[in-house]
Amino acid sequence: MPLIAEVFPVEKDDFVTAGEASAKIKRTLKKLGVDSALLRRISVCSYEVELNLVIHSLGGTIDFQVTQDSVMLLVKDRGPGIANLELAMREGWSTAPESVRMMGFGAGMGLPNMKRNADEFDIKSEAGVGTEILMKFRLK
Amino acid sequence: MGNTTYYHSVMLEKEKCKGCTTCLKHCPTEAIRVYGGSAHIIKERCIDCGACIQRCPYHAKVAVTDPLTRLSDYKIRVALPAPTLYGQFKGLTDIGRLLDALIAIGFDDVYEVARGAEYVSQEIAQRVKNRKVHNGMPLISSACPAIVRLIQVRFPELLDNVVDVISPMEAAALAARKRVCRNMSAAPEDVGIFFLTPCPAKMTEVRAPQSIHKSNVDGVISIMDVYGQLNAQIKTARHFDNLQHAGSHGVAWAQTGGEMLAVGVENALAVDGIENVIQVLESIENGDLSDLEYFEGLACVGGCLGGPLTFENTYVAKNRLRRLSEKLPRLEAPDGEERELTSEELRTQLLFQPNPAMKLDDNLYVALQKMERIEQIYANLPGLDCGSCGSPSCRALAEDVVLGFAVELDCIFKLKQKIQQMSKQMVDISETTRK
Ligand SMILES: Nc1ncnc2c1ncn2[C@@H]1O[C@H](COP(=O)(O)OP(=O)(O)O)[C@@H](O)[C@H]1O
Ligand code: SF4
Ligand SMILES: [Mg+2]
Repeated sequence: MPLIAEVFPVEKDDFVTAGEASAKIKRTLKKLGVDSALLRRISVCSYEVELNLVIHSLGGTIDFQVTQDSVMLLVKDRGPGIANLELAMREGWSTAPESVRMMGFGAGMGLPNMKRNADEFDIKSEAGVGTEILMKFRLK
Repeated sequence: MGNTTYYHSVMLEKEKCKGCTTCLKHCPTEAIRVYGGSAHIIKERCIDCGACIQRCPYHAKVAVTDPLTRLSDYKIRVALPAPTLYGQFKGLTDIGRLLDALIAIGFDDVYEVARGAEYVSQEIAQRVKNRKVHNGMPLISSACPAIVRLIQVRFPELLDNVVDVISPMEAAALAARKRVCRNMSAAPEDVGIFFLTPCPAKMTEVRAPQSIHKSNVDGVISIMDVYGQLNAQIKTARHFDNLQHAGSHGVAWAQTGGEMLAVGVENALAVDGIENVIQVLESIENGDLSDLEYFEGLACVGGCLGGPLTFENTYVAKNRLRRLSEKLPRLEAPDGEERELTSEELRTQLLFQPNPAMKLDDNLYVALQKMERIEQIYANLPGLDCGSCGSPSCRALAEDVVLGFAVELDCIFKLKQKIQQMSKQMVDISETTRK
């Protein structure tokens, strides 16, 4: 049973509030006294995944849950899905449009960094349907 | 270290406080509560940044610094002027004149903090250059003690990146004591070193040092407290020609970006104003500034020139400082025979420790349970963040309730609801008894 569960909606192209969900997640984890190194890993993952929702998806949610021994981020979006997952997971691969690159995003490191920083990482995607990412972190 | 006693320079003068809640909202660590008609500072959380001093309309928040009379505790008194002091005086065209004025008001010698800054800049430049593993986060300046404390409270995971070099003030104090003991063959304990400060945070850095065992500064005097006397002496004081040594880069440290300039790192970022610094620290934490090499964060808008204990308007002072600096040579820290401090002496002695004041509990499970309770209470609060309850936000009130410092009915909306409920019950009761 999760003791803390919160669902954050994240909208497409909403750069004004981009990063707010991650900021709230971080604040909660700090209040809980989660260890520094772990906090950094979770911060990187939640921020990257939140920005991917803003930049690449049609909008979705981040479901944040904390239990006694783990932190979980379950991220679901309403499309467009990723046609070639293998390519998307590659370092440096990005389909971010020029306008977004001008804002300093689109280095193609988001997904690889999530995989590296999460204790468990699972991604499912179907073109035309949507993407689902599950990340888990062990507490202690 | 292990400052469990929490020394603080920022204090409340209770008689002046009207309990207006202005300061409540502007505290970056949520360290203020208002109850019983006046503000209270949670000492574990306060970082002495002075934000509340600058906001309080009634001047009820004050900085405790040392009075000038402390000079008489020592046989030989050395002034350490922060470079910020140079920008305070109208018509000052020669820094030397200001340093002469310091002698005129009772000091025996002067050592410029700007000079200390030159040593510190050199050390930091080495750290950046020789950094072996870049952990995706920049090295972070340790110069502003309010920012260091902010990191200890709110960004403990960044502490490893705070640069392990002492502050320009401490560097200057160490060099000054050595010089005076040598030149005047004085015993170290007879020498009193006084820093002229733009802020309360520096007072706290001296009284409760975080990265060295003991400060070399013996007293901290507010710039505001010496301004008048210095201003009166600048034109008439006897002239000494060996007091001014610092170059333009050392002096530049008084303002935002000055440190960055002096250190000479290409990919560095300088930010001022504590809210802005918090935003950038969030980005650093997110790994969003992973190519940045150095970060200079200053609590005050305009850097130390905007410190709460300065006299002159920040921008006027900035312009003056620029004009004074233009006349100075660009100096490196001296080498060889002339070098007053070793790299070892410029290194911090202790690691910065996290300050767990924001944590709900040491035990994760208990913290989780408390957080669950907080969420439940928060869900039933109006979410207006009005501050009338005396906590800075609805969430903070929920937290205070769970931690036992407040009750839900401190919320005036909750209270109103409750009163309405009770009066309805009264009516119900009186009606049933009438029958
Ligand atoms: N939620 C998503 N929906 C659709 N496509 C996505 C999503 N997340 C990532 N992608 C695709 O995967 C690519 C790589 O993502 P990432 O590694 O985060 O790099 P970047 O965001 O810099 O492009 C993106 O350019 C995009 O094509
Ligand atoms: S910016 Fe300067 S004056 Fe302001 S708190 Fe920091 S050290 Fe003090
Ligand atoms: Mg991305």
